[in-house]
Amino acid sequence: MFATRINDPPGATTRAAGPRFAPIVADWDNAPDEDAMKAMKRREGLAKLTGRERYLDDLPLPVGGLWAATVRSREARGMLRAVRFGEGVAWDDFVIVDHRDIPGQNVVVLIEDDQPVLASSEVRHVHEPVLLLAHPSRAALRHAVRAVSIEIEPQVPVLDVTTQPRPEQLQYNDDNVFKHLSVNKGDISQGFESAVHVIEGAYATGAQEHVYLETQGMLATLEAGDGEGDVVVVRGSMQCPYYVHRALMTALDRPAHRVRVIQTPTGGCFGGKEEFPSMLAIHAALLALKAQRAVKLVYERSEDLAVSTKRHAAWIHHRTALDATGRLLAQDIEIAMDAGAYVTLSPVVLSRAVIHAAGPYRCPNVRIRGRSMLSNRVPSGAFRGFGAPQAHFASERHMDRVAAALGLDPVTLRQRNLLRDGDCTATGQRITDGSDRQGLLRRALEMADWEHKREQHRVWNASERWHRRGIGLAVFHHGAGFTGSGEVDLASEVHVAGLEDGRVEVLAAATEMGQGTITVLTQLAAARLGLDPEQVLVAEPDTARVPDSGPTVASRTAMIVGRLVERAADDLLARLGSRPQPGDGQALSRAIVAWHRAHPGRTLLGRARYQPPAGIVWDDQRYRGDAYGAYAWAAYVAEVEVDLTTYAARVIDFVAVQEVGKVLNEVLARGQIQGGVVQGIGWALSEEIVSRNGAMVNAQLTNYIIPTCDDTPRIRVAFEENPYPHGAQGSKGIGELPMDGPGPAIANAIAAALDVDPRVLPLRPERIMALVEP
Amino acid sequence: MLQPSQPPADHFELRFILNGEAICVRVAPQDRLLDVLREHLHQTGTKEGCGEGECGACTVELDGLPANSCLVPAYQVRGRHVTTVESLSQEAVSNLHASGATQCGACTPGVAMMARWIVRHPRLLERHRVRALMAGNLCRCTGYDGIVEGIEADLEATGAAALPVARR
Repeated sequence: MFATRINDPPGATTRAAGPRFAPIVADWDNAPDEDAMKAMKRREGLAKLTGRERYLDDLPLPVGGLWAATVRSREARGMLRAVRFGEGVAWDDFVIVDHRDIPGQNVVVLIEDDQPVLASSEVRHVHEPVLLLAHPSRAALRHAVRAVSIEIEPQVPVLDVTTQPRPEQLQYNDDNVFKHLSVNKGDISQGFESAVHVIEGAYATGAQEHVYLETQGMLATLEAGDGEGDVVVVRGSMQCPYYVHRALMTALDRPAHRVRVIQTPTGGCFGGKEEFPSMLAIHAALLALKAQRAVKLVYERSEDLAVSTKRHAAWIHHRTALDATGRLLAQDIEIAMDAGAYVTLSPVVLSRAVIHAAGPYRCPNVRIRGRSMLSNRVPSGAFRGFGAPQAHFASERHMDRVAAALGLDPVTLRQRNLLRDGDCTATGQRITDGSDRQGLLRRALEMADWEHKREQHRVWNASERWHRRGIGLAVFHHGAGFTGSGEVDLASEVHVAGLEDGRVEVLAAATEMGQGTITVLTQLAAARLGLDPEQVLVAEPDTARVPDSGPTVASRTAMIVGRLVERAADDLLARLGSRPQPGDGQALSRAIVAWHRAHPGRTLLGRARYQPPAGIVWDDQRYRGDAYGAYAWAAYVAEVEVDLTTYAARVIDFVAVQEVGKVLNEVLARGQIQGGVVQGIGWALSEEIVSRNGAMVNAQLTNYIIPTCDDTPRIRVAFEENPYPHGAQGSKGIGELPMDGPGPAIANAIAAALDVDPRVLPLRPERIMALVEP
Repeated sequence: MLQPSQPPADHFELRFILNGEAICVRVAPQDRLLDVLREHLHQTGTKEGCGEGECGACTVELDGLPANSCLVPAYQVRGRHVTTVESLSQEAVSNLHASGATQCGACTPGVAMMARWIVRHPRLLERHRVRALMAGNLCRCTGYDGIVEGIEADLEATGAAALPVARR
């Protein structure tokens, strides 16, 4: 029996205003065994393990095709004066593209359309693309890139967003602020007036690079269209085929049917291939159009590290008022983020940071003010967590400091303030999901052996000469899907086709980047239709074939796109006009075959369009209301050991307990948490971008340090379940949640180990040493 | 970008053994083994993750020892045995599949090659833990547990689990 159960919290009597969501019960019993589905192995796993999966760079350069390279600014800011082509290069053998070759608008379409495809009169960051070159030989290209000199009359760049810009540094409005946001709840001045305790603190987190193991790459070809002219076809590594499609239409001035985008199997993204690939796609297409040949553009690692988008660095200030028992009375929070030279997605990153900034706690009076600032650095962009990791680092490190200042146990402080059903968040969203947040915290502490470890550490630290150990906690939440009315604006659509041979094909723009899209969408369709998973195909995300189901971001794929797959499957059955017997997938296949025989040449397509759950109300002007349909909740515990000779900190145990609605696939879900935690450990301890003149100078994997297998312990994962009625099979988003916990849990553990007060990530040895020996 | 820029030079003939088969191919002097495999022989299973010998995505076996093929000049491969991910059967990787050792797959060929080498040389575990042996293969997706558990399952299957050592 497959049904979405509403989990009543134990001991619940009445719920404030009744349940917000009507129970949904599936109306047939034909799903293959649920446990078998949960254990389904990654569909493309064997191909990946035997090297048969083909990524962009594995595709051969078509005959006559050219390799591409990008010539970039070496100044952080300035006016473009001249481009000079040096001696010793046969320039006639090269295809050269500059801004004048752009048929449409010189803009990479996104939120504010301020970022040029190629610099035309000015540059705003080191590595800004100015010129594109193409040639049959990669070696010749490398040589040629070095032979181009771009003369720039420098202007004063903004490299520090924490100080007021001088008049000559203003490049956006009159304050270099791309976006202001504020959240207001209650009256914070009242909260501070009645306070017994007021605790302040300033926190900061560094930028982070994604380090997807497959670098950025695109292949642009020109193919015959049907009558009206050629079609620019771009294949490549990406999260959002329709973002790329839109960007190509604008820059190339082509209608939708003369541009085609196909996602190739993609070797990791983490947000780094959400918006950035549009730039490469346009670059490759421009060269292909000028050369009238295929063009392959692949970034080498060092270039990729240096020029691609980064997580926003953030500075967050908390001022908190509490009563005598440690209950929150007021939270006054300020957030500043470094957006880099162009707007890209900064307003949305700021939005998520602001919405999560107050933590999963109840507080009657809250003011959160956020601003996203221009700087003359490589633009910041999407990165797993998207503002929430920064917000939760500050919030959870602050909670530990608050606890210490009040003489309260850090666990007690959380327990006393955690949101309960019926409480409202900082944006005034009433939480009524029945999730057992206290239970999550209890379970995490139990699994981590919290009390016992703390005692053990006290004894151990007193007797050890060269090592210290500590244990730290973070409790947090993560809203899934697009904020507010975002999902409505996306108007996502999914199709499920019944094929002539009786199989079924899921058509969606959701991309597989390792998180399990192909497998999960297969499971959902198979379960909904009662089919053997082998009878379900998942179409390659090709804008010529699949509808726009929205971008593969915001942890929305299983929850939202998956739900659309279920509804499209329902629609397919409705169009068949017959309901198969429960469990009889073969009967369904036969019915599909029969339908095709009766309707030769026609398409059997089930469709579904996004419908928002009833009762979600969001005021985008006042930034109030229901920010997200569902929140995942989590409690993480990190145990660290610090070496007092090297000041290196190691995580020696990690517990991650969360509730993400429902676990759809055990291995995939566990993999998301473990992968996200390790990426968070890297952000917390070793990943730092060293800049000079706004450019990353440690742009190699030897000195941008991500965790190896030997740098992390086993990540111990546990899930609670509380099905979300509007997510596929009850699921909520999972992919970004694990990024939010490690930073603060580790900082809190280091604080406990060394009796210091860390405020800044990453806690590299130099920083730890400065805390211990100021 | 660490390859020195130089104009194209004369190619030479390289003979070696790839996955048991004798190969003869014309390569450029500055070619790396990785380029020979991917560009000249179209064996694209071996991946380039960094080109600087840090990530291990390009791991192959060279005369029975794991090597970062991005650091091996083509001329050093003359007459030697190279084994790549293309030699792995589905059975050989089935434990890694079940344990979630692969997500995006970009690091996976290197991981699978290194894993197989470890499992074939279980005496390594007398002195080294699995995690230390795998530290030359960077993965950004899995958090490594899926990989380590897959390797441990392989070791169990070969009876190597009986070796007396803390493998983690």
